[in-house]
Amino acid sequence: MTIRLEPRTSVPRWLSPALTIGAVAVALTISGAVIAAVGGDPVASYLHILNASFGSVGVLSDTLVKATPLILTGLACALAFRMRLWNIGAEGQFLLGAWGASAVVLFPLVPAGTPAIILIPVMMLAGMLAGGLWGFIPGVLRARLGVNEIIATLMLNYVALLWIQFWVFGAWSESGFQQTKAFPDAALLPRLADFADAVPAFAGLTVHLGLLFGLVTAGLLWLFLERSRWGYEIRLIGDSPRAARYAGIDIGRRLIIVFAISGAIAGLAGMSEVSGVVGRLQDRISPGYGFTAVIVAYLAKFRPGRVIVAAILFGALILAGREIQPSGVPAMIQGIILFTLIVADVLVRYRVRIERRVPVTAAAASPPAASPPAASPPAPSPGAGG
Amino acid sequence: MDLGLILAGGIASGTVLLFAAIGEIFAERAGILNLGVEGMMLMGAVAGFSTTLTTGNPWIGLVAAMTVGGLLALLHAVVTIHLRADQVVSGLALTFLGTGLARVLGEGLANTNVARLPAFTVPVLSNIPIVGPIVFRDQSVLVYVGFVLVPLAWFWIEGTRPGLHLRAVGEAPAAADAQGIGVYRLRYAYVVLGGVLAGLAGATITLAVAPGWFGDQTVNGRGWIAIGLVIFARWNPIRAAIGGYLFATITPFNLGLQGVDRILGFENPFLPGRSATFFLDMLPYLFVIAVVILGSRQAARRRIGAPAALGIPYVRGERGR
Amino acid sequence: MTVAPEPPEPSGDAPPTAADSLAVQAIGIVKEFPGVVANDHVDFDLRRGEVHALLGENGAGKSTLMNILAGLYRPDAGEVRVEGRPVDFGSPRDAIAAGLGMVHQHFTLVPSQTVTENVLLGLDRPRFLLHERESEAEIGRLAERFGLRVPPGARIWQLSVGEQQRVEILKMLYRGARILIMDEPTAVLAPQEADELFATLRSMTAEGRSVVFISHKLGEVLAIADRITVMRRGKVTAAGIPATGATKADLARRMVGRSVLETLERTPFEPGEVVLSVRDVVADNDRLLPALRGVSLDVRAGEIVGIAAVAGNGQSELAEVITGLRPCGGEVEVRGHAVANRSASTVLRRGVAHVPEDRTSVGTAPNLSLTDNLIMKRYRQPPVARGWLVDESSARAIALDLRDTYRIAAPTVDTEVRLLSGGNLQRAILAREIETRPGLLVAVQPTRGLDVGAIETVHRLLLDLRAKGAAILLISEELDEILALSDRVDVMYEGRVVGSFTAAEADIGRIGLLMTGGSEADHAPAEAAG
Repeated sequence: MTIRLEPRTSVPRWLSPALTIGAVAVALTISGAVIAAVGGDPVASYLHILNASFGSVGVLSDTLVKATPLILTGLACALAFRMRLWNIGAEGQFLLGAWGASAVVLFPLVPAGTPAIILIPVMMLAGMLAGGLWGFIPGVLRARLGVNEIIATLMLNYVALLWIQFWVFGAWSESGFQQTKAFPDAALLPRLADFADAVPAFAGLTVHLGLLFGLVTAGLLWLFLERSRWGYEIRLIGDSPRAARYAGIDIGRRLIIVFAISGAIAGLAGMSEVSGVVGRLQDRISPGYGFTAVIVAYLAKFRPGRVIVAAILFGALILAGREIQPSGVPAMIQGIILFTLIVADVLVRYRVRIERRVPVTAAAASPPAASPPAASPPAPSPGAGG
Repeated sequence: MDLGLILAGGIASGTVLLFAAIGEIFAERAGILNLGVEGMMLMGAVAGFSTTLTTGNPWIGLVAAMTVGGLLALLHAVVTIHLRADQVVSGLALTFLGTGLARVLGEGLANTNVARLPAFTVPVLSNIPIVGPIVFRDQSVLVYVGFVLVPLAWFWIEGTRPGLHLRAVGEAPAAADAQGIGVYRLRYAYVVLGGVLAGLAGATITLAVAPGWFGDQTVNGRGWIAIGLVIFARWNPIRAAIGGYLFATITPFNLGLQGVDRILGFENPFLPGRSATFFLDMLPYLFVIAVVILGSRQAARRRIGAPAALGIPYVRGERGR
Repeated sequence: MTVAPEPPEPSGDAPPTAADSLAVQAIGIVKEFPGVVANDHVDFDLRRGEVHALLGENGAGKSTLMNILAGLYRPDAGEVRVEGRPVDFGSPRDAIAAGLGMVHQHFTLVPSQTVTENVLLGLDRPRFLLHERESEAEIGRLAERFGLRVPPGARIWQLSVGEQQRVEILKMLYRGARILIMDEPTAVLAPQEADELFATLRSMTAEGRSVVFISHKLGEVLAIADRITVMRRGKVTAAGIPATGATKADLARRMVGRSVLETLERTPFEPGEVVLSVRDVVADNDRLLPALRGVSLDVRAGEIVGIAAVAGNGQSELAEVITGLRPCGGEVEVRGHAVANRSASTVLRRGVAHVPEDRTSVGTAPNLSLTDNLIMKRYRQPPVARGWLVDESSARAIALDLRDTYRIAAPTVDTEVRLLSGGNLQRAILAREIETRPGLLVAVQPTRGLDVGAIETVHRLLLDLRAKGAAILLISEELDEILALSDRVDVMYEGRVVGSFTAAEADIGRIGLLMTGGSEADHAPAEAAG
């Protein structure tokens, strides 16, 4: 029996979304089986996730808070992946962004007492700069020296975490605790709950301005990727670098810029997290947002609009997953989803044929197992044959 | 004898990197990049640990770890060889999957203890001055397995007919195919072997070098470091072993764990609570980046011996890239 | 498949019978590929101990026939006999087991391994350990026997192309090949290397082995072959004629022939100013070997200059040099502006359009829509560019317009172009390039692999563009196409322009000779004789 992949000659419009949904369903089924195997109750777990993340306005708000950094880091990854640039460093760029924003308050880079209207934009800028730098480094390494960006970004993630720890445990430590002192109010992003006086329904809602950052960034990125000349170039480079070169595009420069922008967006996520949720810098501000972002981007097929949807789903998973036993379930589901998505991707492009191997001719001696018959000669282009 | 302790510890934790790196060398020499080493190691670590906890026999745990590593690698093999998916993405997915699954399976394993694999002193060799006590005294059986595996792996690749075929499949699959070598079959075999060794590397941590289960921290990026080592080693098992031992000796994984106060008369900067720790902790990761920079220069690629077909799916009848 | 048993060594005492002196016999071979009949009832025979040359242009069906003999393809009809026994090869391995080995143009060697390792690759012996020393000695002796100078311990990537070819021959001999098929072996060789190869082939035939020698260089065919078979468009035009007595002029005629091409209406030739001027350009190919060795040529407005050359003589590199995709030495000017070694976008701005050789991954981005592919050269200018935005509606309007004008058969302009046929893909590329209103169009193999209708369209489009006053450099391996379209034909051979003809002077025999490494001198006496 042989498995053959034949490129599809036409792809029905419904196939790709159907396979994506199918992939998620299969992943959830497999995960459910694993949960059951280790003694959990998959149905109860899934119902719990659903309830604990979308069950009420309050938890929905918490879901959106978890989704906010995922939207931004997911967008960062989606941008880079569009160019087939494997930025797995959103986690480190997120951390550096958080550090940059904190530095504004803690060094301090601006005088104490600066009003929020100035302080917040400065923190955003600092976060994006720091994150952007953390994207720029692997970008330059890749464009100028040909360094594999996956290894570079992954290693930089570890470096970023240690960098944060150095400050949090050392110079910025609040009397020896593993966190900095709390930020002043002017350095905090406004939450819906802050407006409970005017709108009583907002009481207790934790959604903060960072969500707006995410939505606006998604909109801008959509404009950038789908409507702008640079977005066109990114699509071209991502699909066929040789065609892009033929079209007169300087690929190396685009690559560095995209990596830096990607890092800046992830850096903004870090800023939004310290300023909107935590209110201080800690070394454990991310439960792996930058890694989940890879899957968010992949699930969204690198499209900004869908990143928001995927981020909310994974935000729910992370939020509710904290209470699920065993605790690794959300991470496991993410891994399985990424795998099934890859397979779905293959199925969009190829038709899988499973064939029973027929004897070549009646007279044929059975070929050694090592050499399947050369049943499919290369389709020659008639001009190329001699 | 603090220095001796450090060096002996380096040999032990270097064994972890050695197994993982040699596994990856096998896969990459066959032309398949597997970035899932971290995930496979974690799964090996947890499978070895929990099986040992259940059965009380670390040998069964070891077999379980290797099996699990091999199975995960098989998944990667199917997806990249037959389904021709991007090896980068699939390897990444494997790491995510392994990490998540390991955390699920490792639930409740923290703060438990299991039987370790036996450690022993080699009678005669341990009496060699200076080297003997470091290399052959009170080391885990897996450390000695590492000693044996290195020359064996090297000889298999360079000196045997199967090794010749392995190299051909990774360098020029079309040429190998033309000579009747089963490209897919060999790629499957070596990717799975790579997974088995990664699983062994994971179990080496939990059952021998640093027993216990600490979640993601158990492996803590050493899978990625192994991948960097492969480039550093120019796909040569002997260089990978030397690199692994050296690397493990100078890194904080070793120095912090050994609880040594002074090194060569200086204060050990790696002990927890000293702020220089963080920068020194960065060194292994920065080192890997430096190694990859050196190994990535296009002009140097052929010279350093990267398998030419690494990362490229082989489809019969499609020529070149 | 059927494997012939070890044949008796050819012995001197018994005179071979007719049947037994035939090493290979192919009878009525038919092989069709989608759209073309590559072999149309082809007969071919190879006698024991001879060198039999197989001549023909690219696409004549030579390689297809030989690939069938070597077990790579199965014929749709016909029979192959090896040493008198019918065979049905399922793979090249089967062919080698029957004593028949082929050395392809693209070598199947492992670059990082040694000569010895490459020779041993895939064999059942040695069983486990590679006794490198012993094998090296054995292979060294075999090489010496046939005059194949190659160090058995060297790695392939250290060897010259000629030496690599010797390794391929060595591989076949080590596997016991008694019949060797060489596919254009001299295409990659320097003249003195070719002489060495001929000596090797002669020492093989002297031992009773047989050689099929595929080529389109007339001089060397006459030098090495005992008999010659000529193919054109899938058919045999000369079957096994003795080499003695054959003339170059006659062979060239049988090889190239005159085909009935569509009648093309062309406006009278009114050359304008010089648009492209190439002076003393030198450049390397991807293997870093010299591909252009001092090329000079001009193309004027309203003129099509055709480059006639056999594949691999530098014409592809010339196109890349002109379009800014390959570094070079020397001067390239477009309308007086130096463009050599400038970026591709600079060349683009100078009004140079390019129909690239590789239309599926250079000329187009396969997974992008037709619209995206059609605006590839003009997304920087209005109306597609609106500030830093791409104006979707005008891009769509342009795509729809081009689709209809150039009759690109695509369901919608959002269709990904990998789903288009070759002809439609080429229409799309031409549409895009022509609509940039170029001063110069460089078209490389614009009709390769297309069906007749699509070829006509391409030709018509090129002539229309010429009528509008553009300069066109047409690079093609189809000599008929070059002759039908060009106002001037420059012949390239081994990285140099070796002859230049106006349309009126262009004579297929003379051009064919120059393309295949002959000289004008070879032609004159032949014509006198004929």
